[in-house]
Amino acid sequence: MDEILRQVFQVGFFAAMIRIATPLLFATIGELYAERSGVLNLGIEGIMLLSAMTGFSAAYFSGSLWLGIAAALATGVVAGALMGLLTVTFGLSQHVSGLALTLLASGLAFFFYRVIFGQPAMAPSIKAFQPVAIPLLSAIPVIGPVLFDQYALVYVAVLLVPVTAFVLYRTPWGLNLRTVGESPHAADTAGVSVAAIRYQALMLSGALMAVGGAFLAMAQFNAFTFGVVSGRGWVCIALVVFGQWNPWRCAGAAFLFAFIDALELRLQASAVIDVPYQVFLMLPFVLTIVAMAALSRNARAPSALLVPFRKEER
Amino acid sequence: MREKTPILGLRGICKRFGPVRANHEVDLTLYEGDILGLLGENGAGKTTLMNILFGTYAADAGRIEIDGEPVSIANSADAIAHGIGMVHQHFHLVARHSVLENLMVGQKGRHGTLDRAGAEARLARIADEYGLRLAPETPVAALTIGEQQRLEIIKALFRGARILILDEPTAVLTPQERDGLFKAMRALADKGMGVIFISHKLFEVREITNRVMIMRQGVVTTTLVNGPELTDRELGELMCGRELIPPERPPVAVGRVLLRLTKISAGGTPDRPVLKEVSLEVRAGEILGLAGVSGNGQGALAEVIAGVLPPHGGAIEIDGEVLDQPSVQAVKARGIGRVPEDRIGTGLITTLPLSDNMVLPRVGEAPFSRCGILDHRAMRDFAREQIARFQITAAGVDVRTGTLSGGNLQKALLARELAWDPLVLLVAQPTRGIDVGAAEFVHRQFLDLRARGRGLLVISEDLEELFTLCDRIAVIYEGRIMGTIPVAEATARNVGLLMAGFREDAA
Amino acid sequence: MRVRLEVREKASPWLNLTLPLLAIAATLVLCGGLIALAGANVIEAYSVLFASALESKFAIVETIVKATPLVLTGLAVAVAFRAKFWNIGAEGQFLLGAMAAVFIGTQESLPGWSLVPLMILAGIIAGGLWAVLPAVLKTRFKVDDVVTTLLLNFIVFYAMMALLDGPWKDPLSGYPDSPDIRPDAEFPVLLHATRLHLGVLLAAVATVLVWWLMRFTTLGFAIRAVGENPRAAAYAGFDVGRIIVLTALISGGLAGLAGVGEAAGLHYQVMAGISSGYGYTGIVIAMLGRLNPLGVVPSALFFAVVITGAEAMSRSTGVPVFLADVIQGTALMTMLMALLFTGYRVRLSLTGHG
Repeated sequence: MDEILRQVFQVGFFAAMIRIATPLLFATIGELYAERSGVLNLGIEGIMLLSAMTGFSAAYFSGSLWLGIAAALATGVVAGALMGLLTVTFGLSQHVSGLALTLLASGLAFFFYRVIFGQPAMAPSIKAFQPVAIPLLSAIPVIGPVLFDQYALVYVAVLLVPVTAFVLYRTPWGLNLRTVGESPHAADTAGVSVAAIRYQALMLSGALMAVGGAFLAMAQFNAFTFGVVSGRGWVCIALVVFGQWNPWRCAGAAFLFAFIDALELRLQASAVIDVPYQVFLMLPFVLTIVAMAALSRNARAPSALLVPFRKEER
Repeated sequence: MREKTPILGLRGICKRFGPVRANHEVDLTLYEGDILGLLGENGAGKTTLMNILFGTYAADAGRIEIDGEPVSIANSADAIAHGIGMVHQHFHLVARHSVLENLMVGQKGRHGTLDRAGAEARLARIADEYGLRLAPETPVAALTIGEQQRLEIIKALFRGARILILDEPTAVLTPQERDGLFKAMRALADKGMGVIFISHKLFEVREITNRVMIMRQGVVTTTLVNGPELTDRELGELMCGRELIPPERPPVAVGRVLLRLTKISAGGTPDRPVLKEVSLEVRAGEILGLAGVSGNGQGALAEVIAGVLPPHGGAIEIDGEVLDQPSVQAVKARGIGRVPEDRIGTGLITTLPLSDNMVLPRVGEAPFSRCGILDHRAMRDFAREQIARFQITAAGVDVRTGTLSGGNLQKALLARELAWDPLVLLVAQPTRGIDVGAAEFVHRQFLDLRARGRGLLVISEDLEELFTLCDRIAVIYEGRIMGTIPVAEATARNVGLLMAGFREDAA
Repeated sequence: MRVRLEVREKASPWLNLTLPLLAIAATLVLCGGLIALAGANVIEAYSVLFASALESKFAIVETIVKATPLVLTGLAVAVAFRAKFWNIGAEGQFLLGAMAAVFIGTQESLPGWSLVPLMILAGIIAGGLWAVLPAVLKTRFKVDDVVTTLLLNFIVFYAMMALLDGPWKDPLSGYPDSPDIRPDAEFPVLLHATRLHLGVLLAAVATVLVWWLMRFTTLGFAIRAVGENPRAAAYAGFDVGRIIVLTALISGGLAGLAGVGEAAGLHYQVMAGISSGYGYTGIVIAMLGRLNPLGVVPSALFFAVVITGAEAMSRSTGVPVFLADVIQGTALMTMLMALLFTGYRVRLSLTGHG
């Protein structure tokens, strides 16, 4: 226990925690939009991986990191639209469609990486994003470096949460989205196009997941590797459940998970605790399952989640 | 109060679903201040016509005219833009959201945000003008059914409707709530609204409408002006195209108690159950009806008797023996036949072939299987027998069950249960959504069962059906049995009072 | 343009054959585009891909050996998906089966003749129980089975790595591969001078058993009923929870058996790379096989050919070996879209007037 506390209060722990939370925030909020519109987007892991690859490649060849982000965004939007085609236009099983998307996107990521970069002795890397210090605020003792000297995308991720809350609860589009997710027929008879809303939600969802993936390859690390996502996408599915489909709580869940992840990394490195490091690697997944079991009973899922919308049925 | 400019005209509307002609050359005219009754049996084409008007379906031919000008309606947004509003039979509300949020769906905001103040102001104006009032922040889940329907009407007015379509609105209301609805309808018509009132209930149509359009099998058979000389009998015959003869219900000697529920509490939580100490008896040779507005516990009661919902307290006795562990298997074994309300959701598995569905509840028993091994031939023979016996229209025993019509599905469910000669048959909403021929067949089966000394419990929201079939009528309200009346003494008024929660002794 | 779905009256049996073929054809066309993008000749690449797996007796036997775990994971997923138990955990169940086999196979205290049957039993039970866990979570706690079965894969993988890094580490090389099983535990070879081992026979037997189960037993009927409409099944008297758990047991057992076959028939040990995603490929195989055991076998053979051939293709044409993964993903997607034609006829209509 002492060791845990020692690690937590070490310099840089909370800064690391926020960095680790960033891709989770992007992907979780992305998934949130999709699920609030009634579609479970299981393509998340594949989208993150493929976008990490396209983002990295674009950045590598153009020399511009932001161009890489743009490429990743485009990838995510296309993937989201494909998910929309399968689940909204064709009304296919959301579970299997998402899995198919993940399999395909992952395969494409590996394939195109090899086509583009071949198998050089030294894996290609880029000059990753550097932290951007916000003047004045980053000078505040203690919290300054933690909160205000982070990558630009970290600020975006954090701001994403209140923006999402605003969009969902205070804008007409957000109300339409939530209505589509609860009762598509209610939205349809009010003149809202259920299909359009779901496509928009899925494309937005893909875009956000893509930025999360790109962050991994371009900020957190400085290269694309086959294991750059390693199951984080799947964890975000669970984080949406933890967060009870509410943006603030989802963010909280992401930070909690990042806290445990950061702790686990440091405990590994300090080698004080005599447990195989793989146990720490599995811990987040075990916790996810336990928490899902505890929370699922009272799940406040959108009522129309997983139900395809067909007009003729009343 | 009739203006000569029709605000709505439908000319030559045609719509087919595969081989079925749902609408054929239908003409309809609606004036300002008109209350037009659209009368017809289930399957006559009324709802299809209104769905075309509201943009849910596209007509194969014909045109729609608003104020004399032809318009194109491809979806509900178009319909709303042209001033058409529709209150569906099953409400389209989001229970978790508030009244105001349900109203604001699909509306443009102000500067990109939701315009709550504007919406509240509009809501207040509607309340003042039409007398339809609801508190804006109430969650819809907290509203009564009648209030939810009021919200649906307000929704239409909120979007500027000049034409209001009400699809079977009284199915979910007590007689007293229905009077309230009619008052509101008259107020709307007085203000110049054109109202289309769809119903299959003759006396309601006579009461509230000033013109009546009758449809049968997709075609308009008559349009006439409502007047004092119009009788139910006449309307009914126009609706069905033949003379209406109520089925014979000969007196039958009533025997022993076959099913007894004693103080059953079930559903919800043990502290706040849905069913509160319900007691009732079904005897041999009698049909007991259960009347009540939907949502007052009928579903839970049916589930308890079906063995699906274990009660928190109370006892179930079948033919004198108490059931210790109520379960589907136990209830079936003791002789309860069950036909659920939701045919395609609970009763049948629509993606499986008909023969599979016909043996579904007993597939683990001989002759359909022995030691866990299926006998496909026995299954199909059985299915073929029942199809013949019950005159079910199906291309064969291998068809996907979901392709059968509502009436045939109901016959299949009935055949499935009656084949095992149940002591008591439990049915819920037996003739909802099926054609007249099938409905008559079903009723005949019930009376036949009764004549053979079996018992029936018929749960129905259709009072006329209960009056025709039953020997006694029990009424359920908020999970309690308010009273049981022998049919000879039952009237729409005394049953209606019980349905609304007024006990006989307190009245 | 509006896409409308009109219900088909009868399920047409010939669709079961033509749809997967259509899907595969579409897949090959689409992936041919990728081959071209990689700068290789499409015909040449595909020739190497398919021919290399079938060019000699030895190659054919190797392909069958490769298909064996795929048949079993395909069966595992097919059975589970029939009950709408979304078992994405076949990968983890496979690993557990392999680990259980090696655990038994390295026990010195057991008599030699008992090793093979015990390994098989242990593998089936280990895999089965690992699938029962998420099934219970689904039926009791309403937890989504897709996520739980998936997460359990990661947990097993890390557990396996911990073992390989610890008590099972090879003391000589330091590589993460386990000690070998005893010679008595090795699966007998069925065809002289090849690697055709007992596992192939087990897979064939499993296929027949699963086919018989689904078509001729009340359990198979119940699995289908529960998968199509659990509410109606419960109303008719089926114990939905029990059936889902039984399905999970069978499904996990099959995947575990796949692991036993690889560990005891091919590698004689467990190593980090013992599975190349067999559990996930099983999903594609099951869908292409229309969740039918008779469809799973040809589907598994197809992917065995693709996976084996991809190596040779990569060596001779330079097209990345990951084409096999892309073929998998594309096949699943095209198969999904093809499924539209079974229950429904797709009607495309230009927007009519209102």
